[in-house]
Amino acid sequence: MKLIKTLIGAAAFAGAASAAYAEANPAVIFDLGGKYDKSFNESSYNGAERFKAETGIEYREFELQSDAQREQALRRFAQQGNNPVIVAGFSNASAMNAVAPDFPDTHFVIIDMVVDQPNVRSVVFKEHEGSYVVGVLAAMASKTNTVGFVGGMDIPLIRKFECGYAQGVKSVNADATVLQNMTGTTGAAWNDPVKGGELAKGQIEQGADVIFQAAGGTGRGVMQAAADAGIYSIGVDADQNYMFPGSVLTSMVKRVDVAVYNAMMDENNGTFTPGIQALGLAEGGVDWALDEYNAKLITPEMKAAADAAKAGIIAGDITVHDYMSDNSCPVE
Amino acid sequence: MELLQLMDSAVRLATPLLLAALAGLYSERSGIFDIGLEGKMLMGAFVAGAFSAVAGMPVADGGWGWTHGMAWFGLFMAIIVSVMLSLIHGFASITLRGNQLISGVAINFFAAGTTVLVGQEWFHSGGMTPTLKDNQRFEPITLPFADAVKDVPVLGPIYSDLISGHNIIVYIALAAVPVTWWILFRTRFGLRLRAVGENPAAVDTAGISVIKQRYAAVIIAGVLCGVAGAYLSLGTSAAGFVKDMSAGKGFIALAALIFAKWQPRGVLMAALLFGFLEAIGNKYQSVDLGLFVIPVQFMQALPYILTVVILAGFIGKAVPPAAGGEPYVKER
Repeated sequence: MKLIKTLIGAAAFAGAASAAYAEANPAVIFDLGGKYDKSFNESSYNGAERFKAETGIEYREFELQSDAQREQALRRFAQQGNNPVIVAGFSNASAMNAVAPDFPDTHFVIIDMVVDQPNVRSVVFKEHEGSYVVGVLAAMASKTNTVGFVGGMDIPLIRKFECGYAQGVKSVNADATVLQNMTGTTGAAWNDPVKGGELAKGQIEQGADVIFQAAGGTGRGVMQAAADAGIYSIGVDADQNYMFPGSVLTSMVKRVDVAVYNAMMDENNGTFTPGIQALGLAEGGVDWALDEYNAKLITPEMKAAADAAKAGIIAGDITVHDYMSDNSCPVE
Repeated sequence: MELLQLMDSAVRLATPLLLAALAGLYSERSGIFDIGLEGKMLMGAFVAGAFSAVAGMPVADGGWGWTHGMAWFGLFMAIIVSVMLSLIHGFASITLRGNQLISGVAINFFAAGTTVLVGQEWFHSGGMTPTLKDNQRFEPITLPFADAVKDVPVLGPIYSDLISGHNIIVYIALAAVPVTWWILFRTRFGLRLRAVGENPAAVDTAGISVIKQRYAAVIIAGVLCGVAGAYLSLGTSAAGFVKDMSAGKGFIALAALIFAKWQPRGVLMAALLFGFLEAIGNKYQSVDLGLFVIPVQFMQALPYILTVVILAGFIGKAVPPAAGGEPYVKER
């Protein structure tokens, strides 16, 4: 992690290569799960839409339907002169590694994964930090001392959410039980709300009364099952508090939209920089959501505890273990 | 208690398989192979979700502003559309004597594409329907006395947790099994239906229309597939349609049908077995045996592995109806 430059650090290099780039002609590739997953992809769509609204510049887009299309889509956009080509999703790393060297003048952006190429900007988020904070809230809201986690595809990135969440829960209540389930081991796991609901029901039957989902479109089923059972759920990526007001405790917001927007805007201003950007609580890349839909659910004590955890992490007083640093989690 | 939770989950997961396999039973018993179960179920899921959504939407938002009956209307429309697909399959394979597999595959492709296309046109959210509210779905039914007998040892939890608390379609599916048995094996209609699947020429000689019998069978199959589809979008936590939500269940239903040797009771057993295996795969994701950990991938593949093992080893010879797949040509 020490190697990772922060957004602020990276911005210092801006400006050098500016004149060479004219107006941006961006393209966005959405990962499996679909553009309207109310989660990860929808967040990147919102970022692109914001850029379009502010600059009036159209962008091109493609929704991946299968793994085979990843490289093809990247190559196609690069060949047609799109710049930057933005793709959200860790699964695109190998495709990007293959395509980026062939188009040295094109800027690529990958979100959620690091690709070490001179023309690629890799945006990663410190999901464990945000997950820790919602874990604190979950533990305080739980009356049964049992909370749940439903992940999408079983990959280290999703384990990172789970591990941060579990650490947050245990920091409040060391005896709490954290149930965890993954939806599947293929890309289809991002879009299977029927199974998501079934997993949530299983956790509810085991006593969970707060369930955090990090499962893309699958999460819709998790949150519905939680709302049906009258328990709390926690949204992910986008602010999902509005989906089931009164049932969604909070959302672990991951500002994919900001990453997409910034990449397009930087290109447009000629200030695009390759390299790694790691966005955490301090940079506003992850956060917990508080709005009119969940204001009644968050007591002043909970808000104070969440803010304290957030401040502690930013100040460095609380260290949240990153699952991806050693592929293991200190708490279960 | 854990077993009870597993069985509860198994019943929910088995319901769409059961309905689709019964649909296949009627169709194949009459000599029409139906590989399009998947497509009809998917279309049923979309139509049910879409019409329930539109009917319940406020008039101001372009809906019809109904306040009750949306779910039943969705179910009704799902049946109508699914039967229409069945009639197309019937027309191609009975009247035109085409290849039954090809027409079935065509229905699957047609459904996969049309649902997303029409869904995008109507709701502008990537082929998904809006999330359905409680009264737009089939809600769980608490059977009489479920709360009263909850504390009775053994039988109490079985009645209140396992038998009670499902939605109406689950009960319809379970009731359809004895009804199917009665129709197929105790009525004149059923005898004739089975006869056209075994020896259509004999039925024809007896002065009964093979064509009409087979059309009747595919129409019944369409009705059942429509109900199965409506269950997916209106009876699960998905609370709406998402693309490809049938996720291969139609094909698993075909396997269940072979498993069941084309018998109604066997269909029930096979569907429950598949449901149970899936429930196990969901619940026990990584089993720690002390010496080593069984990985989640294995647990999720278990239903399929067991299917192969049981099909190959234990089921014995499964003999399909003799005239299955053969278009009937009257001798001249």
